[in-house]
Amino acid sequence: MNVTTPNSFRTGPDENGLFGIYGGRFVAETLMPLILELEQAYKDAKADPGFQAELDSFLEHYVGRPSPLYFAERLTEHLGGAKIYLKRDELNHTGAHKINNVMGQILLARRMGKKRIIAETGAGQHGVATATACARFGLECIVYMGEVDIERQKPNVFRMKLLGAEVVPAKSGSRTLKDALNEALRDWVANVEDTFYCIGTVAGPAPYPEMVRDFQSVIGRETREQMMKREGRLPDSLVAAIGGGSNAMGLFHPFLDDKDVEIIGVEAAGLGLRTRKHAASITGGKPGVLHGNRTYLLMDDDGQITEGHSISAGLDYPGIGPEHSWLHDMKRVEYVSATDKEALEAFQLCCKLEGIIPALEPSHALAHVMKIAPKKPKDHLMVMNMCGRGDKDIFTVADILGVKL
Amino acid sequence: MTTRIDRRFAALKVEGRSALVTFVTAGDPDYDTSLKILEGLPKAGADVIEIGMPFTDPMADGPAIQAAGLRALHAGQNMKKTLKLVKDFRKNDKDTPIVLMGYYNPIYVYGVDKFLVDSKKAGADGYIIVDLPPEEDGEFCIPALKADMNFIRLATPTTDDHRAPTVFRNTSGFVYYVSVLGITGTKAPDLKSVKANVNRLRKHTSLPICVGFGVKTAEQARAIAKDADGVVVGSALVSAVEKSLTKAGKATSKTPKAVHALVSEIARGVRS
Repeated sequence: MNVTTPNSFRTGPDENGLFGIYGGRFVAETLMPLILELEQAYKDAKADPGFQAELDSFLEHYVGRPSPLYFAERLTEHLGGAKIYLKRDELNHTGAHKINNVMGQILLARRMGKKRIIAETGAGQHGVATATACARFGLECIVYMGEVDIERQKPNVFRMKLLGAEVVPAKSGSRTLKDALNEALRDWVANVEDTFYCIGTVAGPAPYPEMVRDFQSVIGRETREQMMKREGRLPDSLVAAIGGGSNAMGLFHPFLDDKDVEIIGVEAAGLGLRTRKHAASITGGKPGVLHGNRTYLLMDDDGQITEGHSISAGLDYPGIGPEHSWLHDMKRVEYVSATDKEALEAFQLCCKLEGIIPALEPSHALAHVMKIAPKKPKDHLMVMNMCGRGDKDIFTVADILGVKL
Repeated sequence: MTTRIDRRFAALKVEGRSALVTFVTAGDPDYDTSLKILEGLPKAGADVIEIGMPFTDPMADGPAIQAAGLRALHAGQNMKKTLKLVKDFRKNDKDTPIVLMGYYNPIYVYGVDKFLVDSKKAGADGYIIVDLPPEEDGEFCIPALKADMNFIRLATPTTDDHRAPTVFRNTSGFVYYVSVLGITGTKAPDLKSVKANVNRLRKHTSLPICVGFGVKTAEQARAIAKDADGVVVGSALVSAVEKSLTKAGKATSKTPKAVHALVSEIARGVRS
């Protein structure tokens, strides 16, 4: 493919919600007027300094931002190469980066006068974040979650219920995140009048990929500032895990036009890319249309969506945000993958060396850091997004390690 | 040019009655049974046939049509076989219009141009693609119209007077008015609001307006046919397929008959 490098990688999407050929608004007509209304409402909010000020205040006092940029000294010593920094978004309220986006969307929903919030969740982090914000503002909250995920993420299911949310099992298809998304879309179609759909990742119909990216970009903006303060210069490389890709896009976006910054997204290779048991949409899929956008998808030759697999419920999604698909085609971001096994090793190493129990999602990013950091010089500054903490995963990990809790 | 769909609605207008539009999923519960169901539909009273192209993730469909799609996929249905089904049907029926209905991804993966050529050759007349709103007309709608095929749009209760001109701009054949806010086969249509909305939409289009989503009985069909140019029945037929199956999900000798009996009953409603 001929790649013409644009002047800036940060201007997308266009007025049709497209990043190159990716993105768009592939939704049922019932939803179209709502999508356009949301687009306008977001545009207005973005232009309103009051909205940003309100969001900033909640991010500081409720979420706990800025999150630290932490120098992982022992990990750096152990790997013997690049200087490794962890962006500690696992220290946010609710334990992951998801709350950054949720605060933005819930404040927007309030502006729009919507009283009923629906969300989909995979690992449960987005569901918990949404339930949390809804509790804070007294909004009705319904979270769709695949039946399989409900089983493997029980602590988060209970958390959501404590917070007053209704958790509805998605029983169709593969009963995981993609089916939870289908169910949420079906709910939205049936309840257009009063309902706001709070999507958890940089996917879905426009304006969601752009809006979620904007709300998550606080991660990258802080990282820039913190790194300048710590090291007096920008990092040399960024590494983040990718399911739908919101934590990665949040870290990457403010750096896209800094051409010397190497940017790497790590997908979940599950049992291996050669098996069908993986969730690596870019490295193992092809372009298609699902959940309102064109993007790389896992599917068969007939265009039927196949089931992703990953040890991490949060990465177990057969698609990826459309902006990532475009950045892949433009060769601005390199997309690689890490297997379940590699992630599990990284998970344990991080616990032992840094005293941080990472979620299985960022453990994939860390697995890649372990591969490349040793080959980099000691003055190479590498930032990895520690996008979630692993408390929710200890049961899964114990099970695999053969430990009975 | 006029299509089979145009001719059928023109003929029904002369006859002075509304159309019965029936939806079944291609390959449900298996190819041969599905063909038998299709072949008997016109005699049972179907004026237009919508054939659902199965998809794993039908976001606008309720449990009945979701299940039908999965039954078909498990039985090995795919786009090629769906087009073959149309071709096999056309061998003995040159007049009943066929509309292919489904989601964009299987078409996109098949290739838009190839799909238009192959489906036209097989004997299809038009398309309803649920996840292609007017904002995405460049993808498939415009190429389909250029290929002299009908592109049938869904209009919904959220299609207000401001939105309507956008929805009806690049459309032909007929308009499918979705009578409820929601997915297929769940809520029953509110007849008063259907009447008001159909009359409102007539100001924006001269195309025939067919009404569907949630129509299950002859009584509902009769009531809707008073105001609309056609009544669409889908989930109820697909549920009739499901109820006729063995515990293992296999077709029985009753399967086609069950569908045809229900179509006959609803057709009496539409025609009375």
